[in-house]
Amino acid sequence: MPNEVESRAIEEFRKTPIGHHSTELQVILNEMRGQPMADKFCLISIKANREWQLAQTTGVRGKPVKMLSKKFTNLEDAEWYVFKKRWKQLRGETLR
Amino acid sequence: MMKITGYADKISVAPGETIKFMVNSEAGKRYRADIVRVICGDENPDGPGYREKLVKTAANGSYKSRKQVIHAGSFVEIGASDMLDGLESFTMQAFIWPTTPENGTQAIISKWRDKDKAGAALIITKENGSIALCLGNGKGKIQTLNTGKPLVAREWYFVAASYDAKSKTVTLVQEPLHGFETKSDRATVRRKSTVGRVPNHDAPLTLGAYFKKTDNGRTVCGGHYNGKIDSPRIANRALSATEMESLKTWPVAPELGNSVVGAWDFSANIKGIKVSDLSANLLHGEIVNLPARAMTGWNWTGEEMNWNHAPEQYGAIHFHDDDIYDAGWEVDFELTIPKGMKSGVYAARLRAGEHEDHIPFAVRAPRGKPTAKVLYLMPSASYQAYANEHMNTDAPVGQLLAGRLVQLDKFNLFLNEHREYGGSCYDAHSDGSGICYSSRLRPILNMRPKHRAWIGATESTLWQFNADTHITDWLEAMNIDYDVISDEDLHYEGLSAIEDYAVVVSSSHPEYHSVEMWDAMAAYQQRGGRLMYLGANGWYWRIQYHSEVPGVIEVRRNEDGIRTWEARTGEYYFSFSGEYGGLWRRNGRPPQKILGVGFTAQGFDISSYYLRNPDSHKAKVKFIFDGIGKNEKIGDFGLIGNGAAGLELDRADRALGTPPDTYVVASSVEHTDIYLVVCEEMLVSTPGVGGHENPLVRADITFHETQNGGAVWSTGSIAWAGSLAHNNYKNNVSRMTKNVLKRFINPKPF
Repeated sequence: MPNEVESRAIEEFRKTPIGHHSTELQVILNEMRGQPMADKFCLISIKANREWQLAQTTGVRGKPVKMLSKKFTNLEDAEWYVFKKRWKQLRGETLR
Repeated sequence: MMKITGYADKISVAPGETIKFMVNSEAGKRYRADIVRVICGDENPDGPGYREKLVKTAANGSYKSRKQVIHAGSFVEIGASDMLDGLESFTMQAFIWPTTPENGTQAIISKWRDKDKAGAALIITKENGSIALCLGNGKGKIQTLNTGKPLVAREWYFVAASYDAKSKTVTLVQEPLHGFETKSDRATVRRKSTVGRVPNHDAPLTLGAYFKKTDNGRTVCGGHYNGKIDSPRIANRALSATEMESLKTWPVAPELGNSVVGAWDFSANIKGIKVSDLSANLLHGEIVNLPARAMTGWNWTGEEMNWNHAPEQYGAIHFHDDDIYDAGWEVDFELTIPKGMKSGVYAARLRAGEHEDHIPFAVRAPRGKPTAKVLYLMPSASYQAYANEHMNTDAPVGQLLAGRLVQLDKFNLFLNEHREYGGSCYDAHSDGSGICYSSRLRPILNMRPKHRAWIGATESTLWQFNADTHITDWLEAMNIDYDVISDEDLHYEGLSAIEDYAVVVSSSHPEYHSVEMWDAMAAYQQRGGRLMYLGANGWYWRIQYHSEVPGVIEVRRNEDGIRTWEARTGEYYFSFSGEYGGLWRRNGRPPQKILGVGFTAQGFDISSYYLRNPDSHKAKVKFIFDGIGKNEKIGDFGLIGNGAAGLELDRADRALGTPPDTYVVASSVEHTDIYLVVCEEMLVSTPGVGGHENPLVRADITFHETQNGGAVWSTGSIAWAGSLAHNNYKNNVSRMTKNVLKRFINPKPF
């Protein structure tokens, strides 16, 4: 499970996924967002400012971006969804 | 996926002049083209909304679809010649610096006709990445003999292949110039050919690729080579090792004179597209798709950084399999600008079913007859530098810079899959080397209304062309007449393009300028002209246009500045002109000199706001704040990151050239730690360079006077444009901008 510092950072991210962040949260985000391009999560704009679809870049030039079925109607939900996925990938833990 | 794309032959056009449009349509049998005036390209429903106005012109109509493709990849083409076509025995040799020897077949010197596999080519073989000679008899028999010793990427080699028709002996030479004794990559190999007679043919000689076919007059090649070639040579017999050695340099030993068919010197005519043959045969050629010139050669010593001083050490051309200059498509329709067509930003809108593209262009006022006091300078050079940028799919730093998940749209998805459309001067070629040339003679799919850019902060996520439509939208909403010209007009026409206007309004991010553009703007200011700089990171990189072919710029990412790639040491001078490239700051002209402010920090998550400084209450600049309260937060709203101060930020600095007596009337505050001080400010890497801590992370709004009643007002922030339309244009960013514009139109001295 996340330790105390991580738990605070996770809660902070939940409230403010984009914007001013504590150093503790920024360190986590730097690791997550600095991942290589293979299978890296991104969003596809479906309807301007209203709908986005989850996708993954491939890291291979010319190879199509992989469209995933998950869609979002606000960016905060998308950020939290991907944060949980990345936490699982990097720490092996499931966040709720 | 987009099924319709296009481009124009010009970026700006005046009444009476004609602009041509080239279209690739794979969307049904016909498509519709209409000319529209672009008002606001931002589709965000929380803003003023997307707006374009249909303009009735003779070009509007239905057109037949046709597929038009881009053949990317550079090479040198040398036309058919008796000297080449009749070769039976031969030697091909060159110095090479391969960057992707593992990539498969890559031709270095090729006299090859692909349709019947006839001829000979010195290649890197797909078998094992070593040097090989490929021979084909045109009757189905092909033989590729290789050295079997894989080349090491990014190391110089002398390579050669000879063929003696009488004895049918092939000799291969692979001679490393590096000293890695543990690498077993030196080879001289002799083999018998089993191909039989290699037939003569009149296909062109190509360097850096092999000839495949012609397509509507365009030479189409395959086997594109990534890397440098220096001093390619062809002789009409199989030379000995000593003779090959002699032919490496020029002039050649007299006894070899009659044997030399061609000896190409890439260090001659570096600024042009011509490639010179030193031999008496004068088999000159041309570069195709602009491979990089003025590249350090095999004999570069490191003592000289400027190719103008030692061209003989710059005899290399760097070829790339994704170089592109002119897509070369056929014209589908054209528009002669009617008399009376109002100056502005327009586009040819292409539609076929659900598929749509826009090809933007500027309509100028009639030449020599301004129709307004205000001029909007469309930053076409900066659009070109960013043309078809791929960082959102290629660069891991994207999400770190953006501080969030990056967003892609239909344009990005198309560009990711269609690498033949070429990259931007922010991207790397497929071999990892930086892209230093960018052409507008191809569809530029991020210079589009409706485009959303990953880098453009939260909310509307706008950058460049589409962000700039918030400036033209605001001018329209304020009922202010304005004319438009492009950077290219300013470059070629100088001061005369802008001198008749009372005010020049900039775009949100006019980053790239040639010396001609820089001088014209400086002269304009000194003659009483007034500049409203509504952006940031402007006048930052030096560029140059090609002197022989239109529509292409060069950027060299030299020793300093925010760079997504780095020019190799010794390759800091433009091939187009011989000028030193890099930052204007490193050319003795920091942006502060001409704008009052210059690039200081960047971040791409959320924007912030400004607070007034004591300078703002001084009598001279009171007009700027007319109707704005003493303690008002300025721009704590907006469609670009929710604030007027964001993305890239500029600050005043006397030490960098901000004129004395400049008024720093407001400064931004509260930027996130995604905002970091630019690297040219850091002589020593230090902690504390983020927005929470560092006082250099701020945008300054400044005003200063120039000679003869001129003035400059700068906002120091790219995000400024995104706040103009807030609350139906009734807000303090809009108000301040209008206060300044009204005052600047008034010729009264300050």
